[in-house]
Amino acid sequence: MEQLLVQLAIFIIAAFLGFELISRVPNLLHTPLMSATNAIHGIVLVGAIIVFATADDTFTIVVGFIAIVLGAMNVIGGFWVTNRMLGMFRPPVKRVRKRKG
Amino acid sequence: MQVATFLAYLVAAVLFITGIRRLRKPGTARSGNTIAAFGMVIALVATFLVVEVDAAWVWLLIGVGILLGGVLGAASAQMVPMTAMPQMVAAFNGVGGGCIALVALSEFYQGAAETWVAVISGLLTVVIGSVSFAGSIVAFTKLQELAFTGSVVFPLQQVLNALIFVGILLLSANVLADGAIVEAVGAPFLSPLVSLYILFAASLVLGVLFVIPIGGADMPIVISLLNAFTGLAAAASGFVLGNYALLIGGTLVGASGTILTRLMSGALGRPLGKIIFAGITATATQKGDQQEDREVHDASPGEVGEYLSEEANKIVIVPGYGLAVAQAQGPMHDLMETLESRGKEVLFGIHPVAGRMPGHMNVLLTEAGVPYDKLYDLEDINPEFDDTDAAIIVGANDVVNPAANDPEQDTPISGMPILEVEKAKRVIFVKRSLSPGFAGVDNPLFYDTEKTMMLFSDAKQGLQEVVEAVKSA
Repeated sequence: MEQLLVQLAIFIIAAFLGFELISRVPNLLHTPLMSATNAIHGIVLVGAIIVFATADDTFTIVVGFIAIVLGAMNVIGGFWVTNRMLGMFRPPVKRVRKRKG
Repeated sequence: MQVATFLAYLVAAVLFITGIRRLRKPGTARSGNTIAAFGMVIALVATFLVVEVDAAWVWLLIGVGILLGGVLGAASAQMVPMTAMPQMVAAFNGVGGGCIALVALSEFYQGAAETWVAVISGLLTVVIGSVSFAGSIVAFTKLQELAFTGSVVFPLQQVLNALIFVGILLLSANVLADGAIVEAVGAPFLSPLVSLYILFAASLVLGVLFVIPIGGADMPIVISLLNAFTGLAAAASGFVLGNYALLIGGTLVGASGTILTRLMSGALGRPLGKIIFAGITATATQKGDQQEDREVHDASPGEVGEYLSEEANKIVIVPGYGLAVAQAQGPMHDLMETLESRGKEVLFGIHPVAGRMPGHMNVLLTEAGVPYDKLYDLEDINPEFDDTDAAIIVGANDVVNPAANDPEQDTPISGMPILEVEKAKRVIFVKRSLSPGFAGVDNPLFYDTEKTMMLFSDAKQGLQEVVEAVKSA
């Protein structure tokens, strides 16, 4: 019961934190932000590993293994594609101009 | 849970939060993503320390699974063209939802969900995760134009949705009551586990039905919503497993994803409720009277080039999805450089729905080498049109259509904020034909022969010809 209350407290605080974190984000960053948070929920891979590690029957082994593959795709693909997207935002050209002038 | 693992999870949570914070500004965004990824590595390593594994082959399979998924994910992320990025995000979201639904299924199968809190959380995980998985896959096929393109509606869709929803509630109650509910209704006994499998299947169907009636233009918002769903499912599974990494990470994504969805739908002028209940309110959209044989000013690239080089000083370019499809970012960049070398001011006005996702057009243009401080949001560019000499619209229509602001017309885009190009001295459309855009609403600007020049051409070819014309003028 005590653990549940702690979990509930963490849930509520994290939820408010999540709401507050994304206040005014320029449109420019909506897609990268969605993509990065998408990668963060790849934390489900942790759940898949825990379940698979305790598997002692064929069903759980098979389902758990598929879950690990899917979770790893979510994490690695998610961060990778976000990095590619953001790699395209180059620093403003102004600075370069100043150096030239 | 070991103290070390708990502390490591907290560190990971701090890194996630720092990462998201940095993702709010273009200059720090990339490092934010790296920081969040680092947090993920810490969370995973901490998990390896805490799991108790009795056989080496289990470790081996975990390694193989991560390697397999990692290679698949990295390869698709690396190879996907930037124009197809929205469906890539949908796909990664889908696999995450699928993963967590399977985790919850295994939990039930192993009998790990003992308390009623764990059972309810587990049920939520299965339902939300499956809806997110199936919905994301449908969103992917829509954007990739494989299937379900446009709004798919069929008779009695709402009734079917409602029935499935009631069915899901009933099955959930049956799982909670250890199989007593379905029997009470008079049906044969259904064990909790079998109920769960049916629940899983029904949730998948619900996910498909939820997304198919929603049109392609609203897909970004749907993907963002499903992203928040997956986060929520991850958080719910955190309750089942008593795992704080899942709990915090999932909740952060669930909450920030919800806000992001609202931000997006606000930017697109599409109320969230209207999108979600598309299947319920769907009616055949009024295509409007087809305007035929109305006169337009059919301009040649030479004429456009001449005007740009001789009379225009301040030029605003409005790129649309047509630009992305024609892969005309390169010529667009050339045009900018050519005009700037003549001492002209060139800005880009990016509508929130330009491209297929908010921010999508920015990515495409920066990929072509346009510096991002030249890209102006809707609110920032609209005051600029007053003293603009030429607004060049490439492969876009809906986002500059004044009909959206006309209170006398009821169109699918009514109320959507638009780029007010009609305030510029001259308006130049580079467009393949007079066909109205995605929303099917005719644009009165086309027929303003005094102000508007229509350059009928493929975006890439048209822009290349205009660049040549400016150079030789």
